[in-house]
Amino acid sequence: MNNKREFDSSVTKKIDTWKKKFPKEKPESSIIMSLRFIQDHYGWLSDKHLDMLADYLDLAPIRVYEVASFYSMYHRKPVGKYVLGICGSISCMLRGSEPLLHHLETKLDIKLGDTTKDGLFTLKEVECLASCTKAPAMVVNGTQYVEDLTPESLDKLVDNLRQGEQT
Amino acid sequence: MKQNLVCYRTFEEKSPSSFETYKKLNGYSTWEKLLKGKMKPSDVIDAIKAAGLMGRGGAGFPTGLKMSFINRDKEGQKYLVCNSDESEPGTSKDRFIMQKNPHQLIEGMAIAAYTMGATVGYNYMRGEFMTEFESCEKALKEAKKAGLIGKNILGTGIDFELINIIGAGAYIVGEETAMLESIEGKRAMPRFKPPFPANYGLYGKPTTVNNTESLASIPVILDKGPEWFKKLGTEKSGGTKIFSVSGHVAKPGVFEIPMGTPFKDLLELAGGMLDSRGCKAVIPGGSSMKIVPGKIMLNAEMSYEGMQSVGSAIGSGGVIVMDDRTCMVEALACVIKFYEDESCGQCTPCREGTNWLHQNLRDILAGKGNIKDVDLLVEIAGKIEGKTICAFGEAVAWPVQSFIEHFRDEFEFYCKNGYSKVKGK
Ligand SMILES: Cc1cc2nc3c(=O)[nH]c(=O)nc-3n(C[C@H](O)[C@H](O)[C@H](O)COP(=O)(O)O)c2cc1C
Ligand code: SF4
Ligand code: FES
Repeated sequence: MNNKREFDSSVTKKIDTWKKKFPKEKPESSIIMSLRFIQDHYGWLSDKHLDMLADYLDLAPIRVYEVASFYSMYHRKPVGKYVLGICGSISCMLRGSEPLLHHLETKLDIKLGDTTKDGLFTLKEVECLASCTKAPAMVVNGTQYVEDLTPESLDKLVDNLRQGEQT
Repeated sequence: MKQNLVCYRTFEEKSPSSFETYKKLNGYSTWEKLLKGKMKPSDVIDAIKAAGLMGRGGAGFPTGLKMSFINRDKEGQKYLVCNSDESEPGTSKDRFIMQKNPHQLIEGMAIAAYTMGATVGYNYMRGEFMTEFESCEKALKEAKKAGLIGKNILGTGIDFELINIIGAGAYIVGEETAMLESIEGKRAMPRFKPPFPANYGLYGKPTTVNNTESLASIPVILDKGPEWFKKLGTEKSGGTKIFSVSGHVAKPGVFEIPMGTPFKDLLELAGGMLDSRGCKAVIPGGSSMKIVPGKIMLNAEMSYEGMQSVGSAIGSGGVIVMDDRTCMVEALACVIKFYEDESCGQCTPCREGTNWLHQNLRDILAGKGNIKDVDLLVEIAGKIEGKTICAFGEAVAWPVQSFIEHFRDEFEFYCKNGYSKVKGK
């Protein structure tokens, strides 16, 4: 990572636009989305990023840190290029999410929570995604839904993502 | 049975989410009536009360009554918030309104906001809903272009600014005061009540929070009349309800059907039981509601009073079906793990209690259970219920109490023998 204490202008542009959704005197309302913009750009949220955001919005650092540590979509450590979040809640569990999770652990040769050595995949268990009628379900990188999962469809997904990297 | 009459009424159209489709269905006509003074805010409240619309977010509070808590003539900023957090396990319904009928939600928000004198409304979607967010943004752009949302709408001097926002992952954001905290850019920790949001809401201003399905129902109620809506359902439960049927059914799916529909008809819509197995149990309203044995559900009707009479509730309409191969100890452990993960942590009974419950269940599943653990689970649940800042406490206690009430033998068996009564060694 470079040591510049400035966000890329594409990031600040997004933050500035988002800020307009809230009253002028409430810059803290845009912390939640700003963190997403930063994470989308840099891959994860380092302490430096949080300090920089606090500076940028002119807030005490604690205001940013307490948000970053509360919401589950933020990564406070480096993660793989593709974060696979399998739903482990009840409707997905009833449709076999647990064996699928083990299937992925074997296929990727990592444990839940870990990242593959090539830095491509991180495996996470997440809670209900509101895809319960298309269970088992997962999200890739937080917002791309993949539903009605089977071992075969998971294999294909992983293989395709891997292949995409090589070409 | 007629389906998709209210919130899903655009679904069979060619381009369901488009502005033209919605206009063709007489969309935005009520909003225009209000704007032109052909309908008064008090007419809106009266109609919604007469229609019998109850909040579809889980608590079932009468929507018209809630709208009347805000004094529209009081000076100062007021807010409307649409709760599109949709995170209750088993619930998958609001996202389709946003994907395929966003204009109806926009009109519903505009009508509700104007009725309460709010000039700003936020639609807060859960963090994963980027597709829904984009669909709502597109629709909003169209509505603004048509001059129906924004400043000085159609030259009437009336303002309504609608703002779509998106979270970052936390079930508790769905609790209405936690949502307000989250919009304020904080941790989503529910507020102590009173004061209620109607007095002290977003940024300290009078605020109403409504569920997506509740708000999207409003334009149809006003367009077709409260009687039409009410008659779709039962005497005590007006209108339709969206049920997402998941778990062990042949064709899981989402169905907007009249209130009062027998459960067995809903089950049939979902293709019947998976592999034609027996229906062992159903959680009818999202994982926070009480579980009901299949035998009882098969004779019950899907309405507020129908679910109350079988000891549960409609909740969010998330119908979770379990067949006779389901181990109830495993199922409860899965439900409780969710609450352990999602507790916001500010009340000791909830923070510690969810952890104890899960630990206890894990021990039983690991074959380290003691027969006394079954009563201990019930006791811990009882010490959480009613002793917390928000209703998450009940959401934890109810599954524990009801699973053990109906399936105690399975819990005791697991403790005694170290393996599942259903699955064997
Ligand atoms: C733990 C918890 C989670 C909740 N999650 C949601 C949710 O995801 N969506 C929702 O609309 N209401 C949810 N609610 C209910 C809201 O607090 C609130 O009652 C509702 O949004 C009001 O809208 P309604 O009157 O239209 O139902 C939740 C409540 C609790 C206690
Ligand atoms: S009951 Fe649980 S979720 Fe609700 S405020 Fe207390 S700790 Fe937070
Ligand atoms: S339980 Fe997995 S998406 Fe709802």
